[in-house]
Amino acid sequence: MAIEVTDSNFDKEVLQSTLPVLVDFWAPWCGPCRAIGPIIEELSELYAGKVKICKFDVDSGSIVSAKYGIRAVPTLIFFKNGEVAHQTTGAVSKSSLKEVIDTKMLG
Amino acid sequence: MKEYDAIVIGSGPCGMTTALYLARSGVTVALIEKLSAGGLVLLTDKIENYPGFPDGVSGFDLVDKFSDQIAPYENIDRINDEVNSFSQEGKAHIVHCEENTYCAKAIVICSGAKYKKLGAKGEEEYLGRGVSYCALCDANFYKGQEVVVVGGGNAALEEALYLARVCKKVHIVHRRDEFRALAVYQKKCEEHEQIEFHKSFAVEEIKGDASGVVGVDIKSLKDGSVKHIPAPGVFIFVGYDPVISFIPKNLTHTTNGIEVDAKMQTNIAGIFAAGDVLNKLCRQIATAVGDGATAGFFAYSYLELYDEK
Repeated sequence: MAIEVTDSNFDKEVLQSTLPVLVDFWAPWCGPCRAIGPIIEELSELYAGKVKICKFDVDSGSIVSAKYGIRAVPTLIFFKNGEVAHQTTGAVSKSSLKEVIDTKMLG
Repeated sequence: MKEYDAIVIGSGPCGMTTALYLARSGVTVALIEKLSAGGLVLLTDKIENYPGFPDGVSGFDLVDKFSDQIAPYENIDRINDEVNSFSQEGKAHIVHCEENTYCAKAIVICSGAKYKKLGAKGEEEYLGRGVSYCALCDANFYKGQEVVVVGGGNAALEEALYLARVCKKVHIVHRRDEFRALAVYQKKCEEHEQIEFHKSFAVEEIKGDASGVVGVDIKSLKDGSVKHIPAPGVFIFVGYDPVISFIPKNLTHTTNGIEVDAKMQTNIAGIFAAGDVLNKLCRQIATAVGDGATAGFFAYSYLELYDEK
């Protein structure tokens, strides 16, 4: 299961994580977010123990989304050692997400 | 390699209808989808032109209803995979996907369409940082601010009206003096005090800085003059591109989509296509559903005669 993160636990779960982290910034009203939802869950199982997969509901708070300039959902940000390693927007396929994880986060 | 009577590619309204018709005929169906079911419908807030819903229906709810309707059919295998290419072994068709390979006597391509890019300077650079193709998704990020909508079809005007609910002002930039959109949308936009038209203007450049989009330069197609609209958001709705990257080269198509006959049959025996992926003029949920029913019906006819051919 992807971990729900919010303004209050973002630092601990994402920035201080020893594992690379993928954060899915999403919203309940957003169709493409819903379209990639199952892929995000699948990735969390596929990369269990290697990459932490998190979901941030932009409706739940605005501090983190403002910090990272989120102006569209879904936006996926890949963090490595607390730094942004890659960022993508829109409904992307599982294969392209796997490629980014394998090359930019685990490579 | 798993074998089926038919493989349906894409589970938007068209693909789900095709699968429903085939399943009710008693054949085995693989319904392959790369994301979750729905397609472009999921980008629509309220659908008011799909019959049977006099009060309108949300895109999410309509997709759920389609999905619920095919759920009881055990002869439909819903597969989450991404199609890469086709090949043929005798009369059978092989569908090569990212994770697995599937085989069937007939294929129905219902992969739909995606929003077309404008091709303007700054569009790629500021994607997700001010450039959007989904008002329903991103309108809330521009609450009380000004935004630009590019396009003159139904989608552009419908989305402009949606944005006007939350934005201070919506600028519609359109290349022509007339709109392709239905009169009902034009009238609503013209009467809306927060919507301003910039007719016969084309986007010259989407401008931004480290924070994202800051405005759009538009150029008059009449006198060449350029004006700047300061706005942090640009929503682009300039038509659709069919999703056909995986189809065989010898399958007859144009850049606007796949060519079929009245039975939704392509030039290759056993390959059918339906819905938004076709070379067609009217891309609506109702037409996609109609195409799906036709394709399901004639794909089944093809299967019935398969062994005699």
